[in-house]
Amino acid sequence: MSDLEPVIGVEIHVQLSTRTKMFCGCAPSFGDAPNTHTCPVCLAHPGVLPVVNGEAVRRALIIGLALGCEIAPRSIFHRKNYFYPDLPKAYQISQFDIPICGRGEFTAIREDGSELKVGITRAHLEEDAAKLTHGGGRRAGADGSVVDFNRGGTPLVEIVTEPDLRSAADTAIFLRQLRQTLLFLGVSDCSMEEGSMRADANVSVRPVGSQTLGVKTELKNMNSFRFLERGVEAEIARQREIIASGGHVQQETVHYEPDTGHITSLRSKEESHDYRYFPEPDLVPVAPDPAWVERLRSEQPELPIPLRRRLVVEMGLTQEDAEVITGSPELVAYFMEAAGLADPKSCANWIRGELRAQLRELGQEPWESNVTPAHVAALVGLLADGTVSVPAAKEVLAGVIETGDDPATVVEARGLGQMDAGDLSAIIGEIVNANPDQAQQLRDGKDKVMGFFVGQAMKRTGGRAEPQAVQALVRAAVLGE
Amino acid sequence: MGLRDLSATEQIGELAAGRVSSLELVEAHLDAIARDDVEAFLAVDAEGARARAREIDALPERPPLGGIPLGVKDALSTRDIVTTSGSKMLEGFRPVYTATCVARLEQAGAVVVGKTNMDEFAMGSSTENSAYKNTFNPWDHARVPGGSSGGSAAAVSAREVPWSLGSDTGGSIRQPAALCGIVGMKPTYGAISRYGLIAFASSLDQVGPFARTVADAALLLQHMVGRDPMDSTSLEWPTPIEVPVATDLAGLRIGVVEELMGEGIDPGVKAAVEAALVKAEALGATIVPVSLPTALSGLATYYVLAPAECSANLSRFDGIRYGPSAEADNLLDQYEVTRGRLFGPEVKRRIMLGTFALASGYYDQYYGRAQRVRTLIVREFAQAFEGVDVLASPTSPTVAFPIGDRTADPYAMYLADVCTIPASLAGLPAISIPCGLSDGLPVGLQLAGPAFSENCLLDAAHALEQVIAFDTCPPGLAT
Repeated sequence: MSDLEPVIGVEIHVQLSTRTKMFCGCAPSFGDAPNTHTCPVCLAHPGVLPVVNGEAVRRALIIGLALGCEIAPRSIFHRKNYFYPDLPKAYQISQFDIPICGRGEFTAIREDGSELKVGITRAHLEEDAAKLTHGGGRRAGADGSVVDFNRGGTPLVEIVTEPDLRSAADTAIFLRQLRQTLLFLGVSDCSMEEGSMRADANVSVRPVGSQTLGVKTELKNMNSFRFLERGVEAEIARQREIIASGGHVQQETVHYEPDTGHITSLRSKEESHDYRYFPEPDLVPVAPDPAWVERLRSEQPELPIPLRRRLVVEMGLTQEDAEVITGSPELVAYFMEAAGLADPKSCANWIRGELRAQLRELGQEPWESNVTPAHVAALVGLLADGTVSVPAAKEVLAGVIETGDDPATVVEARGLGQMDAGDLSAIIGEIVNANPDQAQQLRDGKDKVMGFFVGQAMKRTGGRAEPQAVQALVRAAVLGE
Repeated sequence: MGLRDLSATEQIGELAAGRVSSLELVEAHLDAIARDDVEAFLAVDAEGARARAREIDALPERPPLGGIPLGVKDALSTRDIVTTSGSKMLEGFRPVYTATCVARLEQAGAVVVGKTNMDEFAMGSSTENSAYKNTFNPWDHARVPGGSSGGSAAAVSAREVPWSLGSDTGGSIRQPAALCGIVGMKPTYGAISRYGLIAFASSLDQVGPFARTVADAALLLQHMVGRDPMDSTSLEWPTPIEVPVATDLAGLRIGVVEELMGEGIDPGVKAAVEAALVKAEALGATIVPVSLPTALSGLATYYVLAPAECSANLSRFDGIRYGPSAEADNLLDQYEVTRGRLFGPEVKRRIMLGTFALASGYYDQYYGRAQRVRTLIVREFAQAFEGVDVLASPTSPTVAFPIGDRTADPYAMYLADVCTIPASLAGLPAISIPCGLSDGLPVGLQLAGPAFSENCLLDAAHALEQVIAFDTCPPGLAT
């Protein structure tokens, strides 16, 4: 039997963080008291009509432009019909054959720097369903169910990819970087936990080299990238096993149980659904002014993937630095401001390293803290001109976090300036004289003992000594170098 | 002559002259409604109407519509007044909001006295599909008033209100207007906001006025047209609706639709329409024959498209959020029992027709094809209007038929709308005015025009109305 390769495509639902719902004036909400953000329109009272949220259209266009999609000059809405208590009209207003954003392509970057190109089939606008809570669990047969219509009608963009992914790891990389891009566009909170970003994966396997697609299953309801990656992995393994044992994969919706690592089938009346799509007669076509679309294109922010490339190529950051820095638009803005004032690579080191480490204990992000990008640049400057040692710089940073004073002031106030070379030399002399055994070990070539001298020097100087200077002075004193 | 014999315009005049108060007018009409023997109303808001009349009487300046009574089809949402759309599905349902068109009229000084009977969810041509009761034709109580807005038409004909609102999807204003001997108009699609009109077929539904004179219909229309931010399909209205004053038809080219003057049209109806056309010619109009070959396919097209849309529009009625609800052990039963018990047979028939027409594998054959025919009909009208200003035809192929006559044969009932459906499919304005009697029953003349030609249609209808001089008072009506 020939080798099997996995073929994966994903569908991503992104809730747009607009002030109002897709077709009415209610505020979408997460976590508010149930059924407090409703009106006759989103409760589907008799006689009401939908009106398209213009801001949702704008955001869908922004997403489409960022994904390199063709923008439809005129797209229309369809009704997708099915009965369920979370859908008050018993149809979802969605898009069908003419979505607002057509074909596009998204390029992600793997850790090794290689490109991962994923075709975008479409991105369309629709409305979210309400939130249904079943009394005894998620499946049918449970006692009693309640509906919270707060979420009903929240604007969604559904992004559908081509079956271009070939591994669970690539799927996770693609989704993480897509999420990052969406965050940069400022269109959604993209919280997997709160459900403002949801991803389903279509998984199939086929013999390597085959051009036809195998029977796919749809892996649903993944609420984290990690579970999604594991779920896809598990589903690929399951399908390989089925085929290896001479069986056939059934087209069905499956579910990954994170606790057990098992794939279960979500048996499936819903799969026989005929949604009876037809054009929504209550809405007029969406025909964005081409000049407006061009303006939105020109106003696109620098997106994380190209930005990442630029940080590496132009600013000397490592691939890993760039990935961390592009973690959020706020962090990018923070870094860029610091990097404009001091050596970018050093700024990146301090921001992604010590600054974030110290702030983590406070539960703060850099841009929320007392430390401004100018402070970071100033600190990098103090290190570069030898005013402070690395250990002292860490203390300076702690002082800035505490007080919000600029680093030079903290250095002054706490006496953290680099020691005068003569003073340090004298201290080292004293340490060497006081520890003849260790000095002998060093002469015997046991370099490890250098750590002892550095430690002693740090103790004596309160961390104001630069470790490399200490080492040089110890060598000079002991070995005469 | 009593107060109720006055047209709406005359009643407004009496109010302006201080010879009568809004409360007196409202009382006079409420009294008639209380003695109603045509069963035009489903709900009467006597206290609300009196309170509103008193408020208006106390205003320093009378609003344009003065404070005269208005009947409203039960398909229109009225805050706190029970609104059922003629269905058990909404029995006792009190809406939390008022339809835009009703709110605009109330703002202009109309006093809503009650909600009028109708075919369930506006599906029917005789008001016999009401889940509550039959309405009788004021001209002959053994006959239907037409439908689906039969209650609104009968109420105006029986002088229980000077005017009323209906909705027209395939003829539901024009056909009952014709059968009750009054004026009814369906404006251009998008002229009047549909916000608050309980949807039957969204791409066809339009609200419109019933009145006993063309001028009254124009006045009511005037206060309703225009863009509503709550309805994306509503239109900015280009030029205000004028109350018509024309007395001649000089230069007007009237096309007579050949396909709607032949087979299937009662001879008495045809004769009355032809007589009206002779009068039009005498007023200076040119009469030319026009062919709309696809028009007769309108009926079949309509009975694919309208049920398709209604199958989705009526899905929201599941007994979960409002309205009565069946007790059931599980979700599927909840849907099936609620909908099975509370929808009437015609509604179920159309939901099934529409569901079938949209089914995967049949969509193109039915819905898709019907849309293409609809496009052809739109084009055919456009071509016709290159040569004429208005198109004339009977409004209904027959006069009012006996109650029970067609209830066993849905197709015979559907034929009642054969003349009105084409303009609905094309989204065009059309008006029906009484043009004579056949066997003692009113006959309606339909005039249809291009989009936004309301003023032209109203002028033509008004000029003809003057020379036809139809007496809208049903025989034996005591006012």
